[in-house]
Amino acid sequence: MAKAPVLVGGFELPSGPRLPRVGSVDAVALEERAATLAKRSIKRESKVQALELAIRMMDLTTLEGQDTPGKVAAICSKAMRPDPVDVSVPPVAAVCVYPSLVGIAKERLAGSGVKVASVATAFPSGQSPIDIKVAETRAVVEFGADEVDMVIDRGAFLSGRYARVFDEIVRVKDACGEAHLKVILETGELGTYDNVRRASLIAIAAGADFIKTSTGKISPAATLPVTLCMMEVVRDVHAETGHIVGIKPAGGIRASKQAIQYLVTLYETLGAEWMTPDLFRFGASSLLNDVLMQLRKEKTGRYQSGDYFTID
Amino acid sequence: MAQVEKRVSNLPATFEWEYAPAPEARDIVQIREQYGLFIGGEEVEPRTKEWFPSISPATEEPLFEVALAGEEDVALAVDTARNAFENGWSELAPSERAKYLFRVARLIQERSRELAVAESLDGGKPIRESRDVDIPLAAAHFFYYAGWADKLEYAFPNRTPRPLGVAAQIIPWNFPLLMLSWKIAPALACGNTVVLKPAETTPLTAMIFADICRQAELPPGVVNLVTGDGTTGAHLVRNDGIDKLAFTGSTEVGKLIMRELAGRNVKLTLELGGKAANVVFDDAALDQAVEGIVNGIYFNQGHVCCAGSRLLVQESIYEPLLEKLKRRLSTLRVGDPLDKNTDVGAINSKAQLEKIRELVASGEEEGAEIYQPKCDLPERGYWFVPTLFTNVAQSYRIAQEEIFGPVLSVLTFRTPDEAVEKANNTPYGLSAGVWTEKGSRILWMAQRLRAGVVWANTYNRFDPTSPFGGYRESGFGREGGRHGLEPYLRFDE
Repeated sequence: MAKAPVLVGGFELPSGPRLPRVGSVDAVALEERAATLAKRSIKRESKVQALELAIRMMDLTTLEGQDTPGKVAAICSKAMRPDPVDVSVPPVAAVCVYPSLVGIAKERLAGSGVKVASVATAFPSGQSPIDIKVAETRAVVEFGADEVDMVIDRGAFLSGRYARVFDEIVRVKDACGEAHLKVILETGELGTYDNVRRASLIAIAAGADFIKTSTGKISPAATLPVTLCMMEVVRDVHAETGHIVGIKPAGGIRASKQAIQYLVTLYETLGAEWMTPDLFRFGASSLLNDVLMQLRKEKTGRYQSGDYFTID
Repeated sequence: MAQVEKRVSNLPATFEWEYAPAPEARDIVQIREQYGLFIGGEEVEPRTKEWFPSISPATEEPLFEVALAGEEDVALAVDTARNAFENGWSELAPSERAKYLFRVARLIQERSRELAVAESLDGGKPIRESRDVDIPLAAAHFFYYAGWADKLEYAFPNRTPRPLGVAAQIIPWNFPLLMLSWKIAPALACGNTVVLKPAETTPLTAMIFADICRQAELPPGVVNLVTGDGTTGAHLVRNDGIDKLAFTGSTEVGKLIMRELAGRNVKLTLELGGKAANVVFDDAALDQAVEGIVNGIYFNQGHVCCAGSRLLVQESIYEPLLEKLKRRLSTLRVGDPLDKNTDVGAINSKAQLEKIRELVASGEEEGAEIYQPKCDLPERGYWFVPTLFTNVAQSYRIAQEEIFGPVLSVLTFRTPDEAVEKANNTPYGLSAGVWTEKGSRILWMAQRLRAGVVWANTYNRFDPTSPFGGYRESGFGREGGRHGLEPYLRFDE
């Protein structure tokens, strides 16, 4: 068989019988496994550990047409010091905003260690010419984004033009330069877990640093089974090639309990090594306050009113 | 062929995360010191004056004492059941019988937490399983058969179904309350009365069930429970007042029972052992197949007659599948059955543990390669690490005999024909699993596999509407579904 061309920034899809073959996913069994993992009972110290980790893994997000510099500034303050009365609460991983607000976020977060992530590539639909997507990516990196969250062209994917999806990711990755690339699959629009698996492999092969479930603009956004499906792809790729990729479920994760379910699933699927903000993120906006509330309850033994947590 | 260069992993330091203990509270179960026999709606002392202890296999602590029923006790129970059958129960309007069964089903639901804790305490199975599988299914069986009670003539068109009389039932220790429900629900729905012997090591939920019968105001004598060991079972089989015998347990005892009943007018169903093949084709969804394999053999510590104890893997996916399986094994949490995060609990009894050890030793001796994940086992109690054997030849004992423990034997095949041949190469025929994305192949396999149940892309899935039972040395007769009514009926043609 002819040698496959060397791919930019990813790995070659092997023609041998070993994984990662595209493979298939059984929806019933996948959902059952996710449901079983969701029933784990995480208590006391292990819960506190999980809650603190969830904060450190959070991409605090605001992606609204009504976003203003003021709103982003408020989010940035929250990101750096989520709980003003408890200094032991760590800052979040990143703040995720639209391209035009990257500048203000960068300024506010300077020196804090909290990263700036920006969506790009005609978010959320991805239905724009590739040159515009590349230009937008270059722009957000220039504005100072540390991380770029791109969307795949679902129109191309669902019409079977996988090569086009692949090529676009390669070009965007190239435009990212040093910035980390998270590829949003928008699983809610892909229809099947088989498609999620295929899209994950394409994204990873094309050079994604992270694969991300959703834009948050489509329902369903992140679900536990779809995230598990993506984790299994990441696990297969790592087992076969040693290549390490991160995962970001985004949208729909609002409660600490859900966040802990994701962490349990991560822990039991990819292991302790993936339990780091370098390899796992939550894309969320309202989750943070619930985590803070649960954390304070674990520390003080009492629930406090929502009024004690800032709405930003 | 393009070679993929393995990159060096630069994984960050691991995150130490130990799940804190999450035990289910056991004080919901009020265990008494002693439980007598349940005969004629009352608790009675055994004529034998003998009692024996029931222990928790997870801690070896004695939980309570239970009566050892002798010949006289069994005879009394059968007479009582006969009396209840003839004076009331068999003449009761079928819709009234249904009401009692619905009531029992609802009471099982209401007391589900108590029953789940009792099941895990007495039998050693993880609370996750007793809570999510055993008890809900037990209630579901009563609901299902309650529905049939007044519709029997629709189940058997143009025939006139009649109850048999007294049904003697002997159940195993692996799913105590669930097996009780499989037996009692169809028997009562068909208008029979029952004498049931719970397993020697797991009588607790049956004792709670006696209380549920009282709560449901079931007429006295319709359900009678005689606890004891093998001798009690033998007395029940030999009693000439029984019209029907339903047994679930080992093939060995099943054969003895058949011999005993030869020439007697006793309707018999046997649900015996198994050595099921779980067949994985190369196009299967691998991660989900791994879950199915794990669920097939490590569910309930492998104490499952239909456990997928022989894994047949197509050779082309042997390596990746085994890698995944071993990795998955290392995430199984073995320990306290009452901890909500426990996946694999305690082995039911010392005798069973010894049997598992003996067979595992034979596997090593015969040349199979053993794999066991690292696992901290509690100091006291009966435990066995989830085990898998590779390099297993068809002729090894671990590929032939039922181990009834968390031990998987892995074999390979090359073609579908070979898979069928190997899967069927056993005296048993209870169940089988097929893993493939190809629908036509599932049907092709199901036609050829000699097994009472064939699961496709799933394993160990039960439902009251689905008949269950075996071929050949796995027994005969069906339990569950419409088929499950037939063994409890005679037909006036």
